[in-house]
This record gives sequence, structure tokens and C-alpha cells, in this order.
Amino acid sequence: MSRKADSPRERLSLPAAAMVVAQRDFLAILLSRTFLLFLLGPLFPVAVAALAGGIGDQMRGSVGTPALAVTMPAGDAARVVAARRHLGETVGVDLPEVRVIPAPPGGAAALLGRPELNAGAVLTGTLAEPVLLGPEDRLQRWQGLVRLLLAEARSTGTLEVPALALAPARPSTSDARRDRMSVAQGGQLLLFLLSMLLAGMVLSNLVEEKGNKIIEILAASIPMDAVFLGKLFAMLAISFVGIAVWAAAGGALLWLARDALPPVPAPAVGWPLFALLFVLYFALNYLLLGAIFLAIGSLAASVREVQTLSMPVTMSQMLIFFLGNLAVANPDGGVAWAATAFPLSSPYAMVSRAAQEPGLGVHALALAWQVLFVALFIRGGATLFRRRVMHSGAPRRPWRERLRLRRGRDAAELTSV
Amino acid sequence: MLALSAPTASAPTQAMEDARPPAVMARGLVKRFGGTEAVGGVDLTVPAGAIYGILGPNGAGKTTTMRMLLGIIDPDSGTRIVLGHERPHQVARAIGYLPEERGLYPAMKAVDAIAFMGALRGLPQRVGRERGRAMLEAHGLGNAADRQIRHLSKGMAQTVQLLGTLVHRPRLVVLDEPFSGLDAINQGKLETMIRDLAAAGTTVIFSTHVIAHAERLCERIAIIAGGRVPFEGRVDEARDRIPAQVRLETRAGDGPWRRRLPPGAAAGRKEGGGHWWTFPLPATGIEAMLRDLVEGQAGILSLSIERAGLHDAFMHIAGEAAARALANGSAADGSPA
Repeated sequence: MSRKADSPRERLSLPAAAMVVAQRDFLAILLSRTFLLFLLGPLFPVAVAALAGGIGDQMRGSVGTPALAVTMPAGDAARVVAARRHLGETVGVDLPEVRVIPAPPGGAAALLGRPELNAGAVLTGTLAEPVLLGPEDRLQRWQGLVRLLLAEARSTGTLEVPALALAPARPSTSDARRDRMSVAQGGQLLLFLLSMLLAGMVLSNLVEEKGNKIIEILAASIPMDAVFLGKLFAMLAISFVGIAVWAAAGGALLWLARDALPPVPAPAVGWPLFALLFVLYFALNYLLLGAIFLAIGSLAASVREVQTLSMPVTMSQMLIFFLGNLAVANPDGGVAWAATAFPLSSPYAMVSRAAQEPGLGVHALALAWQVLFVALFIRGGATLFRRRVMHSGAPRRPWRERLRLRRGRDAAELTSV
Repeated sequence: MLALSAPTASAPTQAMEDARPPAVMARGLVKRFGGTEAVGGVDLTVPAGAIYGILGPNGAGKTTTMRMLLGIIDPDSGTRIVLGHERPHQVARAIGYLPEERGLYPAMKAVDAIAFMGALRGLPQRVGRERGRAMLEAHGLGNAADRQIRHLSKGMAQTVQLLGTLVHRPRLVVLDEPFSGLDAINQGKLETMIRDLAAAGTTVIFSTHVIAHAERLCERIAIIAGGRVPFEGRVDEARDRIPAQVRLETRAGDGPWRRRLPPGAAAGRKEGGGHWWTFPLPATGIEAMLRDLVEGQAGILSLSIERAGLHDAFMHIAGEAAARALANGSAADGSPA
């Protein structure tokens, strides 16, 4: 019997088959009750951070800001108080509060032990021969401020503070570089957090199919590559839904607090392009990690095994993040290029580059490079799954035997030529 | 147990069968799992439009053979041609498959599950839902269409999966142990469904360890035992492997006519009013012998020629151990063997 040519009507194409799987998975997750919990997930760390911050503020409030106790003759003390007020108004230096206290009988050091004063240090002696008394670290931190205070107090007139016209200009080269580095680090951190939050979910993605034997129907109907591809893209779509919800909520909060926020420096490629590149690198980072996690998870026999795998998977994500981090300090250095070439850290390195370098050509190359590895990882994962779980594929031969067979084939071809 | 032979009215003649192109052909399929050989060289030919049974005890290699035919697993060696293609996935849209271990997404509605299985085979979801609803209605499950699978009984879920296997109207249907877990009424319905499919031109392959189903339904069978196929062919060919038995009742217990009985004839056992003789049907027939018996005044009271049933044929072909394993499997399943 002769083999018929491929008929397009006889089989579902890979993208079409993947779409069927993706659509089912996407709707199943989106319409499940647990999806709401998933959306609320990031609220928990935010709530914990807010709670911890509130408690910290409360503790700091109860301790209060330490003051500078002044035990000088009345005239000197009055001049110190006036100098503190004048410097505070004109120069804007963050000077400690000054409290004039009569010298206690036990000596000035006794003031440090009185809790109601909350004195960080004591300024004693006279303006001509002042002495600052206090713990070593406090003396180190306050000595400059106290000298400035004393200089003002000792001067005959008040310090002349000239008017200064303010002319905003573009940041200097070093400032711009520092700003972009901070954008790069922020971008990488956000990429890492999102990936860690979302990519781990694919670990348990095939457990359901394996548990209820649907995998047999899928394997008989469509190529395993399509199953992997569909599952990955369904999870990516779910991630985008989550990110869209979180971004909308976060954006609304930032908009409400816009006046209190410091200005955010712009990345080298500009915000719109940076946002676009960030989304693309997130998607590819997700697909790269997801393809590996899906393959690892698919080999697990139970949910318990998947849970056991979670820890090493999280640790490996951190290692990749740190490798990507190395690219921030010197985007054109060897380490940065190595991080760019290594497919798993490539998205991190490229987000950093987008923040620091204006060129776009390298992004096209990097995206193509990452897409190639996504395809390779999916193919590898599906093959591994077919071999290890479905027990399919040709029997594995030792590499020496494979080499011998290959040489034999080559020799036969040469002979026939 | 022996049974009187009954001609199969629907069975096509040999000539008609040969004219049909094979829907599935396998040659020398071998599959090893680690050091264990699960299937050791299976040859099958399934004519298009036939009902084809794969018989064997549990662990004989039936499921592995089917999974190789469907492309779920690749054979270590050998070839398979399914609907004219060497790679079954290339004709996936024309195949329906019901695996032995049933599986559906528990949170899916019945009608969506059918549509999803159709979509995997290229049927648009909308069409799948329409057909699914109609099929459920036809099978008395119309009110279960919008219920989640987790809320259906096992039998209902099994029917939903079977409908999902057929929703895209495949040309080849492969059913792995389809009768397992079904009660007698549903087994009967499934038999009817299989006959209807074949009548509409669909090729049906099913595996079973219950010989009665195969005997009632199949034109051709393959007997698998220990990963090998000791017999593949028409059901009557399998039966013919055991010669038919002649059972003769005579009034007289002895006389010169006894010399005309074949040498293998069992001694005349007296039962009721006559003497019983049992012997294999001679290749030359029994007409001459009967004439001599009449002339010799043996007094023939009754005569029957009994052909072997499929179970006896299976026992003869696959061996007693395989037959015992098959019987044990049937007993465990609660199905009549």
C-alpha cells in the first residue's frame, strides 16, 4: 500500500490543536472559583507589608525622635535656640530638636538617662568652649550639625542666605546613568516577581490530565507538542489577565497618590517602548521557564511530587535572576553578553539593556533567539514526556552504539556514491 | 461449551471481504517496556467497514497494540498503516478512540466535554455542541447535557465519553474494553451502537476479554496471548480450528454396524432410551457411514453436528493458561464469558 500525501483535512494543524487545548485550559481556570483567590494573591504580601510598616511607624512614634539637650548658661542657650530656628528656616538642614535644660546636680550625663527628655546627646559648657556629650555613634552623626549650629550661634549677626534662582535642566551623565540603572533594576525585579508568582503554576499543569487519564485522549488526537504549547499559552493568557487586573489596581492607587510620589526617571528607549519590550520579555521569560517547568512537572506522578519540586524550581529562578542582575552594572561587558546569550537569563539582561541603552536592533535579535529556545524547550519537553511518561519513541541506545550506527550509515552512503 | 453452529447472516463472503481495502494494517509490531516485551510481533489486517475484535486476557498486549495503532506510542519495530497513512496522527480527524481508562474533565458540562473531544479531532466547537446535545437526547441523557461530569453517574459519564468519541463522525473507531463497567442493558445498547456504526460504513476495532461480545459482533478477530497473535482471521475460521463434533444416538448398543463408526468414536454411553456416540466429523463427511448404520439396523434416534464455539477455539488456539486467565478476567469483571 502506498503512503498517501498529507491531507490538510485529515489532521488538525499544530497551532489549531494548541488553540483547542489553550481555550479549554484558559476558560477552565478563568471560570474557576480559585481564580479569584489567584487575583487576590498579591494583596496578601501588600497587606503584610502595610501591616508591618504600620507597626514599625507606631513603634518609632512611641520612641520619638531624639533631641539635643542644651545645659549652657541662659544667654548661650538662647543663642543656640535662635540659631536652630534660623538655620531650619533658611538652609533646611534636618537639625535635631533643641531642649534647654538646667544642669542637673549629678552632672550633664545624667540627662541621657531621663526617658521623658529622650535626649540623644547633651551640649554643655559655653559657646566659647562647648562640649558634646553622648554615645559614640550619636557623636559621630551629630558633630557636624552641632558645629554648624554653634557657628551660627557664635556669629555676631545672622547668617546671610542669598536668593538663588532655580533652573531645572537634564540630569548630568552620571545622574542619568544612575537613574537608568535604577529603572533597570526595578524592571528586573518586577520581571522576577511576576515570573516567580506565575511560572511555578505550570508545574502542576499536567497532573490533572495524568490523574484522570485525559492525557490518553489528547495523545491519541493531537501531537504532544500541541498539548504543551496549548497549556503554556493558556497559562500565559491567564497571567496577562492577572497582570492586567493588578496593573489596573496598582495604577489607580499610584494615580491617587501621584502628588506624593517622587519623579520616576525615564528608561533609555522611552516609557512606551520600554513597556512594550517589558511585556514581550515577560512573555518570553514566562514561556522559557514555563516550558521547562511544564516538562519537569509532567514527569511527576502526583501533586506531592510537584510540591517537592517547587523548592528547587524557586531556587533556580533566583539564580537566573542573579545572573541577569550582573548585566545591570555594565551592559556592554562580557558578563552582560553571556547573560544575554544564556536563554533563561536573556529576558532579564535585555530588560536591563532597554532601560540603559537606546538601540533597538539587538532587541529584535534577542527576541528571535528567545523564541527559538521556547520552541526547542517545548519540543524537548514533549519528547521527554512521550518517552518517560507515555513510554513512546524509539528505544534509547548508548551513544557509542548510535555513533557506530551513524558511521555505518555514512560508510554505506560513501560506498554507494 | 459447544454450541450448534449458526450461520452469520451479516458476515460477508470471503470474496467480498478481500475486495475491501484494509482500514488498518500492522506488520511485525514490537514494543518493549524496559526489559519486558509487551508485544512481540503483531500482524493485523482490519478490512474497512468491519467489526474487528482483539481478544485476549488481561496483560496480553491488547491495549499496547491499540495504542501503537493510534500513534499514542511508537513501536520499537514494525509498521502500521492506518487509513492509508503510516503515521496515525496524520488521519487523527478520521479516528475516534475510547481508552480503557475513562477520563473526562470533572468540571466540564457533558455537552462541552463532547464538543471538546470533537474539537480535538477538528470539529468546530459550535457544531460539536449541537451534535452533542442531539446525541445526548437520542441516548436519553438530554437533561444531563448541562450538568457537570462530576455530577453524573459512572455509566452516564461513560456514555458521554463514548459520544465524544463518535461526535466527529470518524471513519475508524477504536474502543478499548468498551463493555467494561457497563451493566447488561447498557452492554446491549453498546452492541447495537457498534452494529449501527458498521452498517454506516465505519470500521470498528474493539478489544475485550469477554468472548461472547466478540462472538456476537465480530467478523474478524485477533487473538492475543503473551504479546503475540496466534490467530488472526474470520470468526468461523477460528472455530474451524477445532473439528465439528458428531453426536449420534442409536437404539441398538452393538452390532456389525459399529465397525463403520470412526476409530475415535467414544464408547456408546447409555442414557435415556438410547446409546450416545460422540466423534469428530470426518473430513469425508458422514453420508456413507449413516447409510451403513441404517442398513445395519443401528436404529438412529437422533443426530447432531456441533461446531466449536469461539471460547473453545480460543482455548485451542491460545492455550489453556490464556483461556483460564481470560475466564478469570471475565469473572472479576462480572461479565459472562
